[in-house]
Amino acid sequence: MMTPSTSAIFEALRQKLGPQVQSVRADREDEVYVLLGDADVRPITEHLRREFGARLATVFAEDRRPVEGVFFNYYVFEQKGSAQYLIVQAPVRTDTLEFPSLSAELPAVNWQEREIQDWFGLKAVGHPNPRRVALHDNWPDVYPLRKDFPLETVLPPFEGERHIYRPAFGEGVLQVPVGPVHAGIIEPGHFNFAVAGEPILYLQLRMFYTHKGTEKLFEKIPLHKAVFLAESISGDSSFSHGTAFCQAIERAASMEVPLRGLVMRTILLELERICNHVADIGAIATDVGFVIAHAHASRLKETLVDLNEQMTGSRLLRGMVCIGGVRRGWDQAQLDTLRNTLDFFAAEFQELINLIDRSESTRDRLEQTGVLRPDKARDLGIVGVGGRASGVDLDVRRDHPYAAYSRYSFRVPVYEVGDVWHRMQVRIDEVNESIGIVRKAMTDDLQREFRVPMPTIPPDRCTVSAVEGWRGEIIHWIRTGPDNHLERCKIKDPSLNNWPALVEAVQGNIIADFPVINKSFNLSYSGTDR
Amino acid sequence: MLKILQKTISTGIVTANYPAEPAKISDRYRGRPSFDFDKWKDARPAAEVCPTGAISLSDKGDSRKVTVDYGLCVFCGLCAEASSDQAVRITREFELATPDRRNLVLTAEYTLNPDRTHRGLRKVDRASVNVETDVESLGKKARETIQKVLGRSLAIREVDAGSCNGCELEIVALNNPVHDIERFGIQFVASPRHADMLLVTGPVTRNMELALLKTHRAMAEPKVVVAVGACGISGGIFGENYASLGGVDKVLPVDVYIPGCPPRPQALLHGILLAVGRLAERLHNNRADFF
Ligand code: SF4
Repeated sequence: MMTPSTSAIFEALRQKLGPQVQSVRADREDEVYVLLGDADVRPITEHLRREFGARLATVFAEDRRPVEGVFFNYYVFEQKGSAQYLIVQAPVRTDTLEFPSLSAELPAVNWQEREIQDWFGLKAVGHPNPRRVALHDNWPDVYPLRKDFPLETVLPPFEGERHIYRPAFGEGVLQVPVGPVHAGIIEPGHFNFAVAGEPILYLQLRMFYTHKGTEKLFEKIPLHKAVFLAESISGDSSFSHGTAFCQAIERAASMEVPLRGLVMRTILLELERICNHVADIGAIATDVGFVIAHAHASRLKETLVDLNEQMTGSRLLRGMVCIGGVRRGWDQAQLDTLRNTLDFFAAEFQELINLIDRSESTRDRLEQTGVLRPDKARDLGIVGVGGRASGVDLDVRRDHPYAAYSRYSFRVPVYEVGDVWHRMQVRIDEVNESIGIVRKAMTDDLQREFRVPMPTIPPDRCTVSAVEGWRGEIIHWIRTGPDNHLERCKIKDPSLNNWPALVEAVQGNIIADFPVINKSFNLSYSGTDR
Repeated sequence: MLKILQKTISTGIVTANYPAEPAKISDRYRGRPSFDFDKWKDARPAAEVCPTGAISLSDKGDSRKVTVDYGLCVFCGLCAEASSDQAVRITREFELATPDRRNLVLTAEYTLNPDRTHRGLRKVDRASVNVETDVESLGKKARETIQKVLGRSLAIREVDAGSCNGCELEIVALNNPVHDIERFGIQFVASPRHADMLLVTGPVTRNMELALLKTHRAMAEPKVVVAVGACGISGGIFGENYASLGGVDKVLPVDVYIPGCPPRPQALLHGILLAVGRLAERLHNNRADFF
């Protein structure tokens, strides 16, 4: 595909928007930065959305006061049919520390703008709900991602109110608080349900219970250690986050990862997807009482986790990806295990799906449950499985090919119905596609070099790196610093986009269906909270 | 229905018999690194690559103290790769759970050559790290305790106090048909009021401290606390920062520590069975108080 040159983009934007557009630069072909002269990003975002149908993938801030005297906000856009990311970089007003909010027109960035408020002490003017999101209400006024805030700061212990929930009024209307410690073995978060009898009127969420300073910590540790931190952003996506991180460094340093390394990454990324999708299919089955299907699904998952260990030494695929490729090659015995296990799995998986398909009662519980309409999904910026079940046709593997994905053809399943059944259906289809990808990749070049050594990484390089984790779009954005350290590392897990989908999908459903609706999205709390 | 039965019968029994039989684990599994201190000529490369600071050095003049803390180790294997002298090896050992945090720490003191490599080993303290050898009888004992003393069931309340969810995946796996922890009469329960054991993961975040304390308070005596994984033991790679308080014992008294990142299901089971013994002791002592 032809991508327009930076000077052409600059001319076009300049003509439309005037001198506000200061410069356009592209350090890489698929990544263009547009620097604005002031904080007002509304004209350009309007223009990009209207003229190009661009989607705002993520928004984040950076404290550049020590070097450039300002805070910057970054708006990462992508456009259907183009592998290029267009990143608008806008200085925040230095006197008032304000920037204009886009959340009213673009609900997708609601949480991300509030995160900027909480972590940087900047103000999103015109935000419809500017309350704290990433720090709880009781936190003192600290801005942990500012450069002058030391990572090790000891804050006083928690006391007072975490969050004031909106009250719900009306006859027979009750508020049911749940969490942060839940009944099952899951991550912590707080759900506040307003119910009228059984049906849920409104769900309020409070996340960030597992906030552990991850983005700040990335600025303090050397790169080779930071890979392990990336693997711990969300344990179930260790390999995807690890890969997104390594890719970012490789892009920044213009490193060329050998093909074998890319193919092996692709295989492992797909194994991670299969493994988690199978577990989710089983978990959805349990929540509607189909325990036999769950037992088979979790048995199959265990088989795959064993396979993970055979291929990488770790059940969670940890300690395998590295900057420059992968840490170890595979011998013939491992490749045989991979082939045999995959064959066994493919047959068993089909049987599992047959069991589920034949169960009328399961279908009955899942169809029309937890519906997320396509228009809502688009407005809210939902990505990944939850998006594709509701008509949002996005997949980083196809749209911004990385690893070895451009070498294999695969189908991206998209449905319009948006209920729990179809979120399960997307997973089933994807497992089958993933099996196909792995099989094709195994016939590819699995000899020779799988890694190149990491050079000294040049400082002050910015780059975006994206991976389609099994949940959806993972984005890492970095600015490199001196001595193989980072100046900034922004992590966007797909969960951060998708919580509003849950809020939307549960409305009008009975509270007893909440667990299965929640499971059908299966978001990562740690990925959200970092 | 018939199809379901057919499938069930054709699948057969898949449950593993650990710890009555040794765990069936892949020969590629990376367990704890072992250190041959006599042979080790230079600890610097390993300490340099170790992602969590599990290997740390302090040099004073011409002497060096090396500390290895399995409570921080994520079993990544980098130290073995970095040490050219074969003094560090990756083993397949995982049964490291212990009631005493100090049992996870090894120290060695060296005199140094002018180029900062090791000249001689002056002192080593490795006696305490004890990889459980008799897990089989541990399993038997725990089973008996649960049968006779605990009324045939042990109830665990799990709390994620800030983990990355990796530990949760393995704890959930304890309930799958392969590891099936219920064969010991051990169940995970929703209410802390029903629980005998608190299984805690994560570095404890500032935002979860209170919820963790409240959950612990809601449990009846006697109770035991188990800290899971590198983060639960020490804060792991997250350590202590503005949002993370570090390991579980910063907030609660911990009875058993289970190393790993995450600990594999058999390692969790091993630690839980160890904690059953602690619970039995405590129950015994409590009764003595009562009568
Ligand atoms: S295996 Fe453990 S001690 Fe060795 S480098 Fe990795 S974390 Fe450090």
